[in-house]
Amino acid sequence: MNAAVQAQPAPALAPAAVRGAGLRYALHAEWTKLRTVSGPAWLLLAAVALTIAGSAAAVGATHCPQGLTCPVDPTKLSLTGVQFGQAVVAILAVLTISNEYGTGMIRTTLAAMPNRLAVLAAKAVLLAAPVLVVGAVAVFGSVLAGHLILPGHGFTAARGFHPVWLSYGPTLRAACGSVLYLGLIALMSLGVAVIVRDSAVSIGVVLALLYLFPIVLAFVGNAHWQHRLERWTPTIAGLTIQTTTGLRSLVISPWGGLGVLGIWAAAALILGALALRLRDA
Amino acid sequence: MTAQAISARRPEAGLGDGSRGGFGAVLRAEWTKFRSVRGWVIGMILAALLTIFIGVFAAANASIGCSINGGPQKTGKACLPYVPHGPDGEIVTDSFSFVRQPLTGNGTITARVTALTGEHANLSAGPAQAGNGNTVPGLTAWAKAGIIIKQSTHQGSAYAAMMVTGSNGVRMQDNYTGDIAGTPGRVSAAHPRWLRLTRSGDTITGYESADGTHWARVGTVQLAGLPSTVQVGMFATSPNYTVTQNSFGGDSGNSGPAQATGVFDHVSLTGAVPGTWAGTRVGGGGLEGGPGPGGGRGSAPYTRNGGTFTVTGSGDIAPVTPGPGAGLPTVTIEQSLAGAFLGLIAMVTVAAMFFGTEYRRGLIRTTLAATPRRGAVLAAKAVVIGAAAFVTGLVAAVVSIAVGVPKEENQGQVLLTAPVLTEVRVIVGTAAMLALAAVFAVALGAILRRSAAAITIAVVIVVMPFLLSAVHIVPAGVGAWLLRLTPAAGLAIEQSIPRYPQVTTVTSPAQGYYPLSPYAGLAVLCLWTAAALALALIMLRRRDA
Repeated sequence: MNAAVQAQPAPALAPAAVRGAGLRYALHAEWTKLRTVSGPAWLLLAAVALTIAGSAAAVGATHCPQGLTCPVDPTKLSLTGVQFGQAVVAILAVLTISNEYGTGMIRTTLAAMPNRLAVLAAKAVLLAAPVLVVGAVAVFGSVLAGHLILPGHGFTAARGFHPVWLSYGPTLRAACGSVLYLGLIALMSLGVAVIVRDSAVSIGVVLALLYLFPIVLAFVGNAHWQHRLERWTPTIAGLTIQTTTGLRSLVISPWGGLGVLGIWAAAALILGALALRLRDA
Repeated sequence: MTAQAISARRPEAGLGDGSRGGFGAVLRAEWTKFRSVRGWVIGMILAALLTIFIGVFAAANASIGCSINGGPQKTGKACLPYVPHGPDGEIVTDSFSFVRQPLTGNGTITARVTALTGEHANLSAGPAQAGNGNTVPGLTAWAKAGIIIKQSTHQGSAYAAMMVTGSNGVRMQDNYTGDIAGTPGRVSAAHPRWLRLTRSGDTITGYESADGTHWARVGTVQLAGLPSTVQVGMFATSPNYTVTQNSFGGDSGNSGPAQATGVFDHVSLTGAVPGTWAGTRVGGGGLEGGPGPGGGRGSAPYTRNGGTFTVTGSGDIAPVTPGPGAGLPTVTIEQSLAGAFLGLIAMVTVAAMFFGTEYRRGLIRTTLAATPRRGAVLAAKAVVIGAAAFVTGLVAAVVSIAVGVPKEENQGQVLLTAPVLTEVRVIVGTAAMLALAAVFAVALGAILRRSAAAITIAVVIVVMPFLLSAVHIVPAGVGAWLLRLTPAAGLAIEQSIPRYPQVTTVTSPAQGYYPLSPYAGLAVLCLWTAAALALALIMLRRRDA
């Protein structure tokens, strides 16, 4: 009887208000967790540094000598660092949830916030937002590196190379798309980590998802399988968003490719949400 | 304070006796930990299964289709062209124009080469055939003409030859893989080259001279089991004209047929010879007509004007190597080991957790209380995980090759065979590479004390350099340095076909070529692992657990 009385305050609130407040509280709680631990800030910084360093190294090492035709996509080349930065972003995403499982914090979190979907939604929002901001900085730095370095290495407009700058439509699309790409990689990794729970195994799985398909593609000789891999795997399809030359030979359009990554991210998050709902923490 | 000191000392003193059980007991403890965690054992089994699955999947090329002389459409193995094997068992190209006489017993052939010219396909024009206008004058780097002593006119038979080449000077070559450099420079009427080959039993010695009087020995080779009667004479041939672009967008090769013409005079033979010359096209193909075991049926391979012979030929006398230069759908055994990358990620994950988890659960304090010798704990963990990874990798590599390679062959791919010892090196080396990577990850786990960070670093510095250079994310030069300096250098142990300087081909990691020799590459990985273990030992000893 006593217990029933104590439980009463909850039903007294309007259900919609509870849900709205739940998400707001969850966001606030997750934001507090995010900003009071030094790990995420360092990882975000590492993602920027690695992306820009990778891009600068790639454009710095590429020359187009006079008299040679260079089959190079300057924009894609300038965004090479995204392939390094994505590893750090994925690790950040995995640790967002698996650290809670590792320390047992997840039980506290879920006791305080029984609406598990709100917890996951808050984590997703507070992962995606900083990743998008940091991704924008990293991608802008990469484009800037390409813009400053490539013309001096023979990639000039006079020789038919398009400018690597945001005023050029396809480059703008590639740059914005790369930022979204990093955000989607983060969400996909978060979904995987919610399903797997253990940080080490999650990171193994996520790194395999990121880097294994391109390696398999290098070995597969069957044209049908090459086509399928290029069209449906998260990183190969997703990175077509960076392509600005030879669009006709692509097996999937740039935005379509990013859409495929979006499907992967959505699928991972939905499976993660189901797992979170159905399993004991 | 005193109580603390006493309690800290007691376990150590107590277990000092117990630890005399020695390294075996520590090893047994670590083995028990490994095998009793279901996830780790499953992880290892998964590593093997995924390796095999990817390897066999990567081998799932579409069957090659063909139609011979307008006949019925065939696929797979029926399309395999005739491929000769050299004396050492490797697959070779052996196509050239041969002006020959039989020589019985010992003897010498001498000839002066006054010109080497050629023509090759114009790659921007249509299909090239001699004289159809789709060719342009020019010599390929390894176009060759010279004198040769050959076991028989059968493709793949033993030989030794002295030759002038397009841009590699005078060479002495033997049995397809042997290549000795002579004087550099191109031959011309103003700078002719005198060449001489002397047979004495199984020993053949090559000489060159600028004037026919002062001779310099280039090399001496042994052709084991050379019959008493051999074919001796002049030859000319040229491999395909290949343009490779080692550019950022990826190494790509584009090739078309080519032919070379050598002009000889002052030809003299000593020994038991009939004295009459016969022309033969060994092999066939190239600019003169379709390939086939019977040889091309084009124009005569040589013309004679008094003492001057003009020999024109197309093809090559060289080993077949992977890549587009071969003109054959080739496959190597290590291509079935593509899945080892996935196996590696799985094994590295297990290995990093093997140490990292102890820190998370606090088990490390129990472990170190039971075995105060921290080095022994590290060594035992390394041995256990290394052995588990080695055995798993060995099984996976054997099954991958046993299943994947016949599958490729059935689809009409030419398997570039390697000597048995090389195959053993590839298989055992792959297992050793996986074991070393796993031990590396264990050491990282001990250094970082966090499995997640250890896995990330291990995967990124072992797998990424290969990915970056094989998929052409970084330029070829940078990729080559990555594969020399990073732990990914260990992948070189998988290369079964050596890089032959006398064959022009695309030598990128995706084609199976690594910048370091197999054992040097594995040694680099060993150094990384040893360095990580040493650092782990220092950290383990210095830090409180």
